[in-house]
Amino acid sequence: MKLFKTLAVSAAVALASTSGAATAGTLQDVQARGELNCVVTTGVAGFAAPDDAGRWAGFDVDFCRATAAAVLGDGNKVKFIPTTGKTRFTVLNSGEGDLLYRNTTITMSRDADLKLTFLGVNYYDGQGFMVPKALGVTSAKELDGASICIQTGTTTELNLADYFRANNMSYEPVAIETNEEGQVNYLAGRCDVYTTDASGLASTRGTFDSPNAHIILPEIISKEPLGPAVRQGDDQWADVTRWVLNVLIAAEEAGLTQGNVAGHAAKAGNNVDINRMVGTEGDFGSMIGLDKQWAVRAISAVGNYGEIFERNIGVNTGLGLARGLNAQWTNGGILYSPPVR
Amino acid sequence: MAATETSSSNPSLFYRLFFDKELRSVTIQVITMALIFAFFFFIVNNAITNLEAIGKGYSFSFLWDASNYDINQTLIEYNSRSPHWRAAVVGLINTLLVAVAGIILSTIVGFLLGVLRLSSNWLINRVVYVYIEYVRNVPVLLHILLVHGIVVNTLPIPKNALMAFEGTLFLTNRGFYTPKPLFEPAMWAVLIAFVIGVGFTIWFKGYAKKIQDATGKIYPVLWISLGAILLFPIIVFFLAGLPVNFEYPELKGFNFKGGLVLRPEFVALWLALSLYTAAFIAEIVRAGIQAISHGQTEAAFALGIKPSRTMSLVIIPQALRVIIPPLSSQYLNITKNSSLAIAIGYMDIVATIGGISLNQTGREMECMTIVLAIYLAFSLMISAFMNWYNKRMKLVER
Repeated sequence: MKLFKTLAVSAAVALASTSGAATAGTLQDVQARGELNCVVTTGVAGFAAPDDAGRWAGFDVDFCRATAAAVLGDGNKVKFIPTTGKTRFTVLNSGEGDLLYRNTTITMSRDADLKLTFLGVNYYDGQGFMVPKALGVTSAKELDGASICIQTGTTTELNLADYFRANNMSYEPVAIETNEEGQVNYLAGRCDVYTTDASGLASTRGTFDSPNAHIILPEIISKEPLGPAVRQGDDQWADVTRWVLNVLIAAEEAGLTQGNVAGHAAKAGNNVDINRMVGTEGDFGSMIGLDKQWAVRAISAVGNYGEIFERNIGVNTGLGLARGLNAQWTNGGILYSPPVR
Repeated sequence: MAATETSSSNPSLFYRLFFDKELRSVTIQVITMALIFAFFFFIVNNAITNLEAIGKGYSFSFLWDASNYDINQTLIEYNSRSPHWRAAVVGLINTLLVAVAGIILSTIVGFLLGVLRLSSNWLINRVVYVYIEYVRNVPVLLHILLVHGIVVNTLPIPKNALMAFEGTLFLTNRGFYTPKPLFEPAMWAVLIAFVIGVGFTIWFKGYAKKIQDATGKIYPVLWISLGAILLFPIIVFFLAGLPVNFEYPELKGFNFKGGLVLRPEFVALWLALSLYTAAFIAEIVRAGIQAISHGQTEAAFALGIKPSRTMSLVIIPQALRVIIPPLSSQYLNITKNSSLAIAIGYMDIVATIGGISLNQTGREMECMTIVLAIYLAFSLMISAFMNWYNKRMKLVER
């Protein structure tokens, strides 16, 4: 049965991609299908994971829903495709997924060599270390000779090797495929240290029985700008998805929220920035192949960037992440969306 | 009959291709082959077309770039500056190590269980039966995770290491540490003694057979061989004044330093694969022994052959003919199943070139081609060896 399904899917993909030149762009494909195929992780609490009711929820998931709302008019018309670090780009490039929102670090080689188009940054992250408090370690510089559990399938191994080489320290890497098995090893004491992006560490720690027994060391050893990506070569689709991300960030800056967006859309006010976003001035939606209400739908579906952040990973959630670098540029962060005009 | 009638009464070739009994089978085979070729041509062509469409070439030049990651179990010199191909070799060696170790252990345990399964002692027989049925009916991945979980969760961290044999063996959940032997130059004498012992054994076996053929006198070949291969080098070892030092493992900081280490990932994978495959081998061995009719034993006894010689000269050689072909499949299985290593973080070929390298370079087609080629080559080598062994053991009719 599974074989048959796989064959059917590969045949479909093969047919779809051989005739790719003749079909319309991804936007038209998604609209014709009535469903957005969004590539996410297999489960990182707070970012993308099925909730108790089996419904996908999280930071990245909400951006998928916002895109679906803008393109299809309904934030629930999303099919989430869970992928491992290894399979994510293949799934996107094969055409199985339309859009990738999967804690993916933007790097030059991925952008150029893997033929992806990155749309911008939705989370500024960096690789960190988590250790049990009982170990008495306060800095990553004290980790010489430690055993380190790594969740493989990311740029993590490279950063780790570079950092320890630069500081002339040795370590024992234990590279493990999934976050779950990595946690088992870390909690059993197979490793002294668990390393991945700091947001991932916070997410993992939030699922522990006693989160307070573990600390995240102050050193951040890499720049990990996490962002969404689409296949290279479809500029219109890249524009649509890029501006959905931008408008969610710009909405927070302008004070446009899930609660007040409908009111602003009903009648043009004095704030021209808001008027342009909600479609009461100009027709920015048609520039990307959508209607005037595109941003209104996206914001009503999931709220602006700040609302998405606080709901899923903010200080009042299990992850307890502060905005930090991810605050608006007007608030001491580096989040800075190009203007909608 | 019908076919000849049809062909004589209806000379049309096209008609005959489909309705003539003999020609029809050829037609069907040709069409099937054509369809299979067309299918694979389509698949390969499609992959190439699409790779080209997104601008990704098919090139192995990345293999010479620095790998930029470290590996914990390396049997050859390797660090994060080494190229990707070297990482692949490290992974290949780790795969070979666990496969060969697994084949050896599973064969020993399997033969033992197979013989015990036939024991007339009810308790032994049943216990082995329960073990085999339990192990055979649970997926091997679960066994691997189970053994790994037991090792990692029950053994202490290095600080509280279990010490055995007065500081010569430390058991921790990061590995089993033993002293590492460092050989002095005089060790060469021992090695030479060993080579001489092996050479002598080969000569002696031929000599003993000649004497036996000529006079019927039987030498205790096994004991003399053991003496030549083991005892002789040991005597030389003592005469040379024990030319060996040991590097003892010591707890330094987070971990033990020095000595030899068996990591929990290797231990878990090795034990799980071996014990799993041993259950299958046990059944194969049982089938092989039961395939030899009891009349053979009785006939041997009637000729006055001792029970031990009956086993080694009559039963085992015949049983092996039944055992070897399915045993080859089990050896292939253990090799292929070792690719589950990534689940617990053992750095085999799939985890290195097929995992981290793939991920860092994004060359999935190339990396997977390499992994595929390596497994195929390895499996074919095992098959070739087992076929050769099978031919040797085959019944030679005189």
